[in-house]
Amino acid sequence: MANKRIDEPTGTETVGHEWDGIEELNTPLPRWWLYTFYATIAFAAVYVVLYPAWPMIDRATGGTLGWSSRGQLAAEMRAADAARAGIRAEIAATPIEALPANPQLMQAAVAGGAAAFKVNCAACHGAGAAGAPGYPNLNDDDWLWGGTLSDIQTTITHGVRWDAAPETRINLMPAFDGMLDSAELDAIAGHVLSLNGKGKPSAAGAQLYADNCAACHGPGGGGMAAMGVPALNDAIWLFGGSAADIKRQVGNPRHGVMPAWKDRLDPVTIKMLAAFVHSRGGGQGPAPAAAAAAPQAPAPDVASAKKAESDG
Amino acid sequence: METVVRRLGVWAFVLIASIAAIALTPDAGFAIHMGIVGLVAVILIVATLTTYDPVARAQSLFRMPPGPSRYDDDVIRWGVIATMFWGVVGLLVGVFIAAQLAWPWLNLEPYLNFGRIRPLHTSAVIFAFGGNALLCTSFYVVQRTCRTTLALPGVARFVFWGYQLFIVLAATGYVLGIGQGKEYAEPEWYVDLWLTIVWLAYAAVFVGTILKRHEPHIYVANWFFLAFILTIAMLHVVNNLAMPVSLLGAKSYSAFSGVQDALTQWWYGHNAVGFFLTAGFLAMMYYFVPKQAGRPVYSYRLSIIHFWSLIFLYIWAGPHHLHYTALPDWAQTLGMVFSVMLWMPSWGGMINGLMTLNGAWDKVRTDPIIRMMVLALAFYGMSTFEGPMLSIKAVNSLSHYTDWTIGHVHSGALGWNGMITFACVYYLTPRLWNRERLYSLRMINWHFWLATLGIVFYASSMWVAGITQGLMWREYGADGYLVNSFVDTVAALHPMYALRMVGGLMYLTGALVMAWNIAMTIAGALREEAPMGDTPHQPQADRPIFQPSPEPAE
Repeated sequence: MANKRIDEPTGTETVGHEWDGIEELNTPLPRWWLYTFYATIAFAAVYVVLYPAWPMIDRATGGTLGWSSRGQLAAEMRAADAARAGIRAEIAATPIEALPANPQLMQAAVAGGAAAFKVNCAACHGAGAAGAPGYPNLNDDDWLWGGTLSDIQTTITHGVRWDAAPETRINLMPAFDGMLDSAELDAIAGHVLSLNGKGKPSAAGAQLYADNCAACHGPGGGGMAAMGVPALNDAIWLFGGSAADIKRQVGNPRHGVMPAWKDRLDPVTIKMLAAFVHSRGGGQGPAPAAAAAAPQAPAPDVASAKKAESDG
Repeated sequence: METVVRRLGVWAFVLIASIAAIALTPDAGFAIHMGIVGLVAVILIVATLTTYDPVARAQSLFRMPPGPSRYDDDVIRWGVIATMFWGVVGLLVGVFIAAQLAWPWLNLEPYLNFGRIRPLHTSAVIFAFGGNALLCTSFYVVQRTCRTTLALPGVARFVFWGYQLFIVLAATGYVLGIGQGKEYAEPEWYVDLWLTIVWLAYAAVFVGTILKRHEPHIYVANWFFLAFILTIAMLHVVNNLAMPVSLLGAKSYSAFSGVQDALTQWWYGHNAVGFFLTAGFLAMMYYFVPKQAGRPVYSYRLSIIHFWSLIFLYIWAGPHHLHYTALPDWAQTLGMVFSVMLWMPSWGGMINGLMTLNGAWDKVRTDPIIRMMVLALAFYGMSTFEGPMLSIKAVNSLSHYTDWTIGHVHSGALGWNGMITFACVYYLTPRLWNRERLYSLRMINWHFWLATLGIVFYASSMWVAGITQGLMWREYGADGYLVNSFVDTVAALHPMYALRMVGGLMYLTGALVMAWNIAMTIAGALREEAPMGDTPHQPQADRPIFQPSPEPAE
């Protein structure tokens, strides 16, 4: 092309083309640019020899390092497992009720349980185990299915109302809607509230409660842990504690479900989870042996119950 | 008369077909879409039957210069307005979803929940804002660097309005819950088919204009535009291969399944970045930076080498989106090494852009449009370094699935694509509307600093958030167990999410300042202010060559 000229500010020759006033300089490739480009190509050439890269007929080249992403994961998991193997074997060999006697082992179990809790349980029970409406708070001392280490272990292992697990925790409260009319449901709700000093007792409510509810929930509303019957004389409510909430729950009860974790977690992890949940503050001592020594299932403690009230 | 009747027949057929579809479909969203198509047919029937010409009316509303200009600029003026409009919409939606992430109660079910609004944001900024910018600048640049008018001017108008229909169908579809679940390719099969038609028409106009050029050589910007148009056509068609459940419903199923689907999707997704947001915008850079600077392009050789290496390497880099997944290791390796090799080819564009200012660096101080271009190129360089770095597996194992990716994308999108587009629109508006200058050059300064600070807030908060997130996810305690639950990391990121929204809000404010400036320029107003540097428009040189040069070059 004819129009090559030297560009004054840079002293570089132009290529000689021009488009709508735009010219191009004939500057050579910057050396640092070119050599860095070569360096990345060299890096790639080495990398594809070291690592799996070239697709062949039935498989790809494996790379001279023998590396694979699955292999790397397996090795890291093996190393982590190996580091925990000793303590896990010890936990496996120790009956769960004997764990507290060995504080070091108990501490390790609680730490492992805390980690498993974050992955498996926090979605429903919350990261701090404080529960949510419909999902029990695990930090208080109010237990639906018992609060000893072995009770908790059983609940986690077999789940609650989990059809696929034969030994699952199960109970069903009948729906009183239809059996009782609205006024009677109101009276029962009022009586239930009066059990923890929040509502006015009424003779009709007391009678209805005695006829329909006391068989399971107990005359004083103390519940029955062996059957998973909730106590009604504390301020801890799973599905809400207003008169309307209680009326709805009596009329058409909701029933929570928890999966049986035995199909997903190994027994040691479940044991550790039980230790963690037990350690959250409300764990109970073993029932028969500790009747004298350990503090028994505490009577409704109004102060702590109030604190937990907002948790459901 | 005969053509009028034939046209009426076509529009009436479209109208009847859309009414039939509305009557027969069980799918409410599909019915609304067919209603939009029917409405377009009604408008076309009215425009054909009567003397009422909605486009001409609107042109006078937007003060577009009447009559044929030297170049075919009507559709470009529309493109500038559409770019500005969709830009503000897309940024506004972006600020809203950023707020949703910080304050989840803003998820208003069902139409305004994050899942539906997020694709609205990405499509609005990439395809509506970026796409219109590419459409109008490519038509502007190809005419001027070929010294000819657009080939197939009627088709060019169809391309613009057809593309707007695509945007409206895509955007309303997201809000109605219609989507095929492929990132950046969410529209369903019938919208994809429509875009295919529009895109092939676009390719025809562009290639046709290059073929009738009056210049012996094809300018580098046009190589990049051509690579962008052809590759996007290929990517769009392959990734959207799908079988509709029914011709009277929105739902379809992808032709690919499992890991093949994932790989096809990220082959598409990464090259949407590579050819839409990189090659296309480099084309804009290659015309508007030398024009605004008034300087020759730094290196012709570099432009050739970096063009071909970029085009060749980019297309293989997609698998780096699927590190440590079910994708076979060999494909992950190839995705990584091609991304690493892509570093210098990407930087070639930055060097050529920045070094074009050799001999005119003083303009960075005096010319706010040049300053915007320099910032765009700087962010381009940063994010095209960050990209290859994030593609390295060891880095990716920390960064993947975290907000670091979001920060990376936005330093590129806000810094590079946004700023270069703003600079081009500032360049184009006074020239297209025959104005002496922009309404205000000092308001560009305001825009520049609002946008720059916004990007800094956005990118740095997401870098901190992403690295925090990645480190928390992988943190093991001394006893060999994970330390954090997922929700712990969500709680830890909340302040960063709030800061990110502040950054987005600043960027949006800058865009609103720009919209005002552009609107006033179109209205013909000049703000009284102390003058700033700008590159003067030379109307006598801005024209096509009607006599082809007698002897073609070698």
